[in-house]
Order: sequence, then C-alpha cells, then structure tokens
Amino acid sequence: MIATGNRPGKPIDHSRDAHHLKEIGSGYGGYMRISLQVNGRQVDAEIEPRLLLVTPLREHLGLTGSHVGCDTGQCGACTVHLDGRAVKSCLVLAAQADGRSVLTIEGVADGATLHPVQQAFRDRHALQCGFCTPGMVMTALDLVAHLDRPDEEAIRDGLSGNLCRCTGYRPIIDAVADGIRARMGDGG
Amino acid sequence: MFPFDYIRPAGVAEAVAAHGQGGEPRYLAGGQSLLGAMKLRLAAPSVLIDIARLPALRGIRRDGAVLVVGAAATHAEMAEGAGIAALAALSGSIGDRQVRHMGTLGGSLAHNDPAGDHAAGVLGLGASIRTDRRVIAADAFFLGMFETALAPGEMIVEVAYPLPRRAGYAKIRNPASGYAVAGVFVAETAAGIRVAVTGAGACVFRLPEFEAALSREFSPAALAGLTVAEDDLNRDLHASAAYRAHLIGVLAGRAVAAS
Repeated sequence: MIATGNRPGKPIDHSRDAHHLKEIGSGYGGYMRISLQVNGRQVDAEIEPRLLLVTPLREHLGLTGSHVGCDTGQCGACTVHLDGRAVKSCLVLAAQADGRSVLTIEGVADGATLHPVQQAFRDRHALQCGFCTPGMVMTALDLVAHLDRPDEEAIRDGLSGNLCRCTGYRPIIDAVADGIRARMGDGG
Repeated sequence: MFPFDYIRPAGVAEAVAAHGQGGEPRYLAGGQSLLGAMKLRLAAPSVLIDIARLPALRGIRRDGAVLVVGAAATHAEMAEGAGIAALAALSGSIGDRQVRHMGTLGGSLAHNDPAGDHAAGVLGLGASIRTDRRVIAADAFFLGMFETALAPGEMIVEVAYPLPRRAGYAKIRNPASGYAVAGVFVAETAAGIRVAVTGAGACVFRLPEFEAALSREFSPAALAGLTVAEDDLNRDLHASAAYRAHLIGVLAGRAVAAS
C-alpha cells in the first residue's frame, strides 16, 4: 500500500503550507515519495499529497511550458500526456502520476527539429499570443495519434477542452488536420 | 486545497478498511469533479483513498446478455469500447477529451451530479450496481442531488448493463460548461422500455407516461401530446423549469430517433 506518513485522525501540520515541495530526504511525515518518468527522464521526489501535477513540473523541474491558465480545469493550457493520453495537469494530483509516464511540451521536439504537429502549428500560424499553444499542441498530438481521419467535427470536439482567446480556432483545426494527414502518410 | 493524506491501497478490502479508520475519508477515482470541489473548498477530505488502479475495478467485458463495466473504467475507455453504441456515445459526450481520459464511471455515479450523463445511462438501461458488499438496482440507487444509496465507505466495484435491443441518448449542453441542461436516455431491453432524464431535476428520474407510450409504439410520433410537469424541475440562469420541460419532450423524441 502506498500511503503518506500521517494516518487518518492524526493532526495535519499546516505550518508547511508555504513550502510544499521538498527534495527526497526531507523526513517530514505527511510527505510521500513519488517516482515517475517525465519526458523520458526518471524523476523521484518527495511531495505533499495535495500537490497538483502541474506544480512539480513547473516549479521543481522548470518545465514552465505547461501553463496554469484558469486553475479550474476549463482552459486546457496545462494539458500534458499521462501514459500517452492528454490530461489537465491542474486537475490531476502529482500522486496520481506516481509510477506513470508524463510528456510535456518540452519533450515533444527532437532537439531543434520541431515535431510535425508543432511544424503544422507554425506553418498554419495557429497561434497569436502563444499562451494556450503548449496545451493546444499536447491535445493536438493526442488527436493526431487517435483520430483515424482529419474530420473537422471530431477535431473541433477534441479541442473543446482547450480555450484560445486570440487567434481563433480555424488555423488550429487546420494544423491538427495537417498533422493527421501527415501521420496517414499523404502529406500536409 | 487544504492538506490531506493520500493512500493507494492494493485491493478493495484494504481500501474499504482504510475508509473505516475515521477522519473524513473520500475515495478518489479520476478526481475530475472531486479535485475541483476541493480547490473550491466545497470538499475538504482528511484522506484520499486512490482506487483508480484497483484491478477489480478495471476492465469492460461481455457476460452473456450483460455488459459489465468496471467502476474505474474511464469515460474514454467506455467511448472507445463500451459494446453498447448508445452508452459509448453517451460516454464520448462527457466533459472534454482530457476529462474523459481521467473521469470514471464509478466516480460519476457516486458523485451523482444532477447533470451527470452516466446516471441517465444506468437508469435508462436498468443497470445494476455492484458494490463491495451488495448489488443495488438503478431504480434504488439515485436518491437526490449528490445523494445515492451508497452507505459510508461503500465502494462501487462494477456496473452490469443489460444489452438493449435498441437505445439512444440525446442532450442539450450548456455551451459554456458543457453540462447537460437536459438529457434523455431511451432504451428497450428484455425488461421493457425505459426513459431516464438527467440535468433537469435534482437527480436522474424516469418518465412512466413516456415509457408506456413508447411501449405501444416505439417512434417519436408516439410521444406527441405528452408533457412533463415542471414543478420539480431545475430552474437557474441557464434555463427555466418550463424550458427544461419542453426540452425533455424534444430530447426524448431525438433519443428515440437515435435508437
């Protein structure tokens, strides 16, 4: 059984509120050890159970591409992949990712070479301010991997958990369709 | 969120035992409703018992004339492989893609949001809900707003859906939140015709007059002239009770047409 140090009924120490992420070996009760893959790299950390997945990604690992836009699970700017499927990292506990594999926007490109879906976003100018773009790309990657054809209605439905407030969705939908066509092998 | 403890038990019995150890425990499945409620401090459990990976709660299988879905099956898994077309379509219409990858059938039923889609599928198909200690018929499960027949610590393990001869689901989504303003699930199973409504009342409910009419003739035209009393329907800034009553009639016809 995986469990934190505090057992039900034991008072919880609120004095740690301001500093809720520590390196391994902190020795605090109420912390738990998690071990996960992030962008192919093994990460071990000792965390408070209430930590959302996006927090260690941004604050501990410096992967600030996953944005906290609304913090209420509506905007999708924090979207990452958990075991290959798009999830909102502000609506998943880091503890829920224990033993699993996480992919963030920083792990998508191959060095200086953009992933074809990133390239499609660039070619279609599917961004303006760019704030929503990492989340859009992560959801787009999921759609490109799982939709069997570039069906506009399916793409629109698939992107409904990602909000863009400036460029509009037209070029984003086109970029996802390009990505699906590229995967199917008939070019962009 | 307020601090809490986190436990990930290895089995159902261990999870139920952990729930019985005092404090304010909550089972955690996908967390797509619970974590949001905790952020808003509408819920502040002392310990989360993560049951999403329990093997007994995983998987979707056909068992004779019944489809058995593990409580920790995600909406996405049900959308991709439910085995009942109307149920797959319902599952694929929940929330958004990211939410469907985490949110689970059991979590949705235990939460019993007034606009929950799965409640309509369970009541509409006359499914039975197996918990760690008993089997609960759909008709006895949904008691009120966020209220179910589950006892403290009782855990949903799986849901058994009778395979329908035909079934359909239709809803009107709030364009901003995506929640059903009203949704109607219609099914014909070996036990007869059932019509279940979600989003419009305190919790999911059946429409006996609609069921009787569809038993005589299974077509949208058979519902002509039937009305729904608006007395107990939800009224909020999105829709009046009268509008919801109207929507139920329209959506029932669409659900029949989709069956």
